[in-house]
Amino acid sequence: MWGYYFEQLLHSLPMFWKGLAMTAGVSALSLVGGTIIGVVTGVLRARRRSIISHLLSLYVDFMRGTPFLVQLFIIFFILPEFGLQMEAFAAAVISLTIYAGSYICEIVCAAIEAVPSGQEEACRSLGHTHTQAMLLVILPQALRMALPALVGQYVLLIKDSSIVSVIGLTDITRAGWLTVQRVPEGLMVFALVGLLYFAVCFPLIHLSNYLERRFSTGELKL
Amino acid sequence: MLEYFNFRIIWEYMPLFMEGLYHTCWISLLGIIGALVVGMIACACRISRVKWLVAPAVVYIEAIRSTPLLAQLYFLYFGLPSLGIDVSELTTGIVALSLNSGAYVAEILRAGFKGIPFGQVEAAMGQGFNVYQRFLFILLPQALANTLPPLLGQAIVLVKDSAVLSLISVMELTRAGQVLNSERFMPSEAFLTVAALYLVIYYALKGVTKFYQLRMMRFRSA
Repeated sequence: MWGYYFEQLLHSLPMFWKGLAMTAGVSALSLVGGTIIGVVTGVLRARRRSIISHLLSLYVDFMRGTPFLVQLFIIFFILPEFGLQMEAFAAAVISLTIYAGSYICEIVCAAIEAVPSGQEEACRSLGHTHTQAMLLVILPQALRMALPALVGQYVLLIKDSSIVSVIGLTDITRAGWLTVQRVPEGLMVFALVGLLYFAVCFPLIHLSNYLERRFSTGELKL
Repeated sequence: MLEYFNFRIIWEYMPLFMEGLYHTCWISLLGIIGALVVGMIACACRISRVKWLVAPAVVYIEAIRSTPLLAQLYFLYFGLPSLGIDVSELTTGIVALSLNSGAYVAEILRAGFKGIPFGQVEAAMGQGFNVYQRFLFILLPQALANTLPPLLGQAIVLVKDSAVLSLISVMELTRAGQVLNSERFMPSEAFLTVAALYLVIYYALKGVTKFYQLRMMRFRSA
């Protein structure tokens, strides 16, 4: 029986490749978007006691305090009520982007605060403005420190992208879900699903560990 | 926006939401207890000097950390029946949550043990403590005290992850939102209420973490 099911599984392999492409596409798009949002909001939030920083704290708390599944439902079901019709793909990318942005905001903000204040003071005494000091001196150091945590966040993002299968995007998880309806061998089908995620995430986790070792020698750590 | 927002429906469905909140709370509590047990065992195997204990622990931790919870949940949900194990969706869900968070707990605890200076062990040896006494009275309390904030962070993640259980039709908070949405087609009322209730749990756990960190700071500086 196992042999027969295995053959069946081999027949649905093309769907899994398409699923892999979908997972990679959704993750990559929201990875780029999330990094941009995260860095911008992180820089804005690092300046304490301003209204913007309090508003951004609310944004981060909301994203960190509610499940991604609920956020996805809010974007996918509620925005159409306000006349914003969108496809599942757009809804998935938008919600993943906003979600990842909040986590990256937190990482970038912590990294900026970990840069010694002497750097900022030195810049100001050399006549740089706050913006120049931030962009030219503090942010490059902060991003370097944040890099391992960022890669770790990307792994989480790829894993969380499995949730978008719920709104009908055929990513790896949904490919498995569709296959298991015809091939009633759940262990085999989802072992394959797990293997595909593993192939993407495992190297990234080790890249993150490597970066941490590489960048933490004698330097400040997050 | 508020003129579209129907508070009466939320009030009408309040018992359902409260039931969902209640289920989410105790499912998460069981999941956290399970994750602590699994995590402690996995951590003990991971840091032991016995090779055939280390290898399975590494495989378990890495496999869990590089695959999404949803894939693990489907693996158990569709896989267990084909092994002849017939358990309810609820049990499957709690087991999946425990196994998933257990791997992260194991890594957190490992970092906690790593952070204890070796002098502590030497001092305990000097006082004539044997290996079990050293572990139980010297190492474990310190490791737990050092890792309580990240463990609480993992508890927050677990509460949010439990939303995924709604996809295998376990009755919990997100499911309550889905029920309201499918019965009345009112996604804003349904999912914004759900999000607000998750935020209540989030802020409570965050408050505990902050309180504990303050206590620790005062304790260390005293």
